[in-house]
Amino acid sequence: MKILNLDPDVKVLLPDGSTRQLQDYLIPSALLMVAALMLMVSMFVPYWSMTMTAPQYPKGLKVDVYVTHLAGDVREIDELNHYLGMPLLDEGGRFERSISTVAIVTLGLLLIAGVFVHNQWAALLAVPALAYPLVFLADLAYILYQYGHSIDPESALGGAIKPFMPPVWGEGKVGQFGTIANWEVGLYLAFAAVLVVLLALWFHRAAYKPIVDARKKVGSGK
Amino acid sequence: MKKRLLYLGLIAALLLGACGQPSQATPAASGLPADAAALAQERGLTQDDIYAALKTYMPSGQTDPFIMFSSGGQSGQVLVIGVPSMRILKVIGVFQRESWQGYGFGGSTDAVFKEGYMPDGSELAWGDTHHPNISETNGSYDGEFLFINDKANARLAVIDLRDFETKQIVKNPNTISDHGGAFVTPNTEYVVEGPQYGVPLGFEYAPTDQYQQQYRGLITFWKFDRLKGRVDPSQSFQIELPPYWQDLCDAGKGVSDGWFFCNSFNTELATGGVESGQPPFEAGTTKNDTDYLHIFNWKKAEEVFKAGKAETLNGMAVIKLQTAIDEGILFFSPEPKSPHGADVTPKGEFVIVGGKLDPHVTIYSFQKMQAAIAAGGLETDVYGVPVLPLDKVKEAQVELGLGPLHTVFDDKGYAYTSLFLDSAVARWTLGGDYASQHPEEPWTLVQKLPVQYNIGHITAVEGDTATPAGGFVVALNKWSIDRFANVGPLMPQNFQLVDISKGGDQMKVLYDMPIGMAEPHYAQIMKADRLKSIQVYPEIGWNPDTWSVDPTAITSEDEARVERNGTNVEIWMSVIRSHYKPEHIEINQGDHVVWHLTSLERTPDATHGFALSGYNINLSLEPGETQTIEFDAKQAGTFTYYCTEFCSALHLEMMGYFLVKP
Repeated sequence: MKILNLDPDVKVLLPDGSTRQLQDYLIPSALLMVAALMLMVSMFVPYWSMTMTAPQYPKGLKVDVYVTHLAGDVREIDELNHYLGMPLLDEGGRFERSISTVAIVTLGLLLIAGVFVHNQWAALLAVPALAYPLVFLADLAYILYQYGHSIDPESALGGAIKPFMPPVWGEGKVGQFGTIANWEVGLYLAFAAVLVVLLALWFHRAAYKPIVDARKKVGSGK
Repeated sequence: MKKRLLYLGLIAALLLGACGQPSQATPAASGLPADAAALAQERGLTQDDIYAALKTYMPSGQTDPFIMFSSGGQSGQVLVIGVPSMRILKVIGVFQRESWQGYGFGGSTDAVFKEGYMPDGSELAWGDTHHPNISETNGSYDGEFLFINDKANARLAVIDLRDFETKQIVKNPNTISDHGGAFVTPNTEYVVEGPQYGVPLGFEYAPTDQYQQQYRGLITFWKFDRLKGRVDPSQSFQIELPPYWQDLCDAGKGVSDGWFFCNSFNTELATGGVESGQPPFEAGTTKNDTDYLHIFNWKKAEEVFKAGKAETLNGMAVIKLQTAIDEGILFFSPEPKSPHGADVTPKGEFVIVGGKLDPHVTIYSFQKMQAAIAAGGLETDVYGVPVLPLDKVKEAQVELGLGPLHTVFDDKGYAYTSLFLDSAVARWTLGGDYASQHPEEPWTLVQKLPVQYNIGHITAVEGDTATPAGGFVVALNKWSIDRFANVGPLMPQNFQLVDISKGGDQMKVLYDMPIGMAEPHYAQIMKADRLKSIQVYPEIGWNPDTWSVDPTAITSEDEARVERNGTNVEIWMSVIRSHYKPEHIEINQGDHVVWHLTSLERTPDATHGFALSGYNINLSLEPGETQTIEFDAKQAGTFTYYCTEFCSALHLEMMGYFLVKP
């Protein structure tokens, strides 16, 4: 693979005396760092959104869920939800938001650590990043379930609405409101990071397995 | 899709046909969709009618490109109207309490309303609004503020166009009626209030046989502080004038920036007295062939005021008449006859005065005025004011018809003058730099369009600014007679929308709009995209009066509470769909109540009212707004408070009990 235009005369000398191109080692490192960077960037864009449409809201109401905070028409949605006795939007996922920055930075650092671990254990370091978007979705589903099942029976319409599961993705309906749940760019970045990590691990294995094998060969040859 | 294109094509063909021939043929064969053609046939609509309908119809959900601010006449209000649909968008309370906006029924607007009372505190509960003026930058509307006068009591009001609410009323302490207001200078340095009926300065008592010696006219230059959004009386000044009944005014702009012009109509110094055998005012004031156009150098007047050469009277700086003469602030020029209006052309080079009882408009050249002033050797009137001879300053006279009053302009070099007696709108051509914009000879009448009936003021889109936009004129007719279903002997006024988009003699009346709540005077039409209005107040707890967050506001329901200190009860109440907090207030008869209400809403149009039954209180709490009401709980009993603005499905439930223990 001739991705990087490096000097072909600069080579990596393996313990068994064979040589390999420098770029074979740069590619997995670069990819791991790119994946880490994607995770960092994802913190600044929404992961998930809920748009509500109703006749008297011609522009609709939208709440954007970031890993760190909620944005958009949170106030108005809470205002409307109080009739149904639904909890404040901000109450769901409070713990997760409080640890999200540290957690994602940790995921990124683990990926970068993989650059310095030159054997199969690098894959283990990447496992949290690989699992991350699925964990996010599972947690979101849990929060939404809790949300739809915490209706205050003392509220104005609390008796009239049955507990329900808001959709993680797709359309729903509550009263005169149509709801559209959407995955947003942050979540797609996290999934894209998974692909990049997988690619990185493939190149990582291709680069470092020969070294590990060469060491074994040299070691057993002694 | 194809069908729709076909229809559009047919309508376009119809319009083209309508332009070419003033045909009154029924539209059956014109190619309208069959059902529309049948409807037109059934209603007897002509092609002109269909053109007018298409020109004015605003499909549901579309907004008007222009917005008209009209005086509300005796209602003391301002009307806000969309053009060309002629739909009323809002009525703004100014000199009269207005309960929808909670204006003058508790809250901060009470203070605004009361500051317009007489100097001794006597209540003035109504006004006669005449001439709205939008604030200007470089002679064009900037959409920030609106000013309007009260002719009845010589007052001026400031409306902030961010929230369309009246923020200030100033009572002129030195005169009792005004007419030549409000008119702004090209950068809204001053809002000018010209007087009307002569009275002694400070409207002190003096018998009418002292008219020439004691009675005076008075023009006021109210300094406008744009940052504060208020006029500043301490930086304002007045100029004493002969008691000639100054009438309508306009500020110079462009080449005439720094000057100001007003017509007058009682140089006869008539004092009436028909009951004792004197000529009545209507005869006494019309005896002379000419009255005086008043020509002010206001920049000079400002210098004189700043140099301390004004006297103080009732807290206002007054430049005495002799000072105005000595300093070259005031000049006159004859104007025929019992004139009305003084309208400055867009670039400021001409002043146009309507004859009222003379069939001409007289066009004065600013350049010639300057030459005549420079030449000197001027004769004076009885008060010693230099008079510029008419033949030295006149640029042209155009015979238009009977009763020419007011003139506005378009972007094609035409002027439009209302003809009261002829009940018509005259389109005529300007000369000078404007002559190249139209095909006709300069200074000639082009068309007289009958309007129904008795037109007073006339207004055009940005038609009194440095940048007239053309398109539409509105005739502000005083009589409607037979134009609407009869609603009794007090009949609506008739605002008629006139199409001026085509040149020559092709003006057409498009639409009649009844005004059934007062008789408006002037109106201005502004491009709607100049508006800078807000939808919700910038932050929760906003005080619209101070335009900042109020220190007494609360920002969440958790802060809602009642505190008692002796017989003083202070309430902090939150207001949000669909409840007040608290919902029970229990106090003792005679307690003094200070009640802070804050809307926690952030959604456009989520307005709540607050009516306290039996206590004459009603507030409008728009999203984010804070208001404070203060009163003594004189009546014991069980009272209710409730939301007066339908806010939600549970709006009726938005109430509370105000329990006053005997």
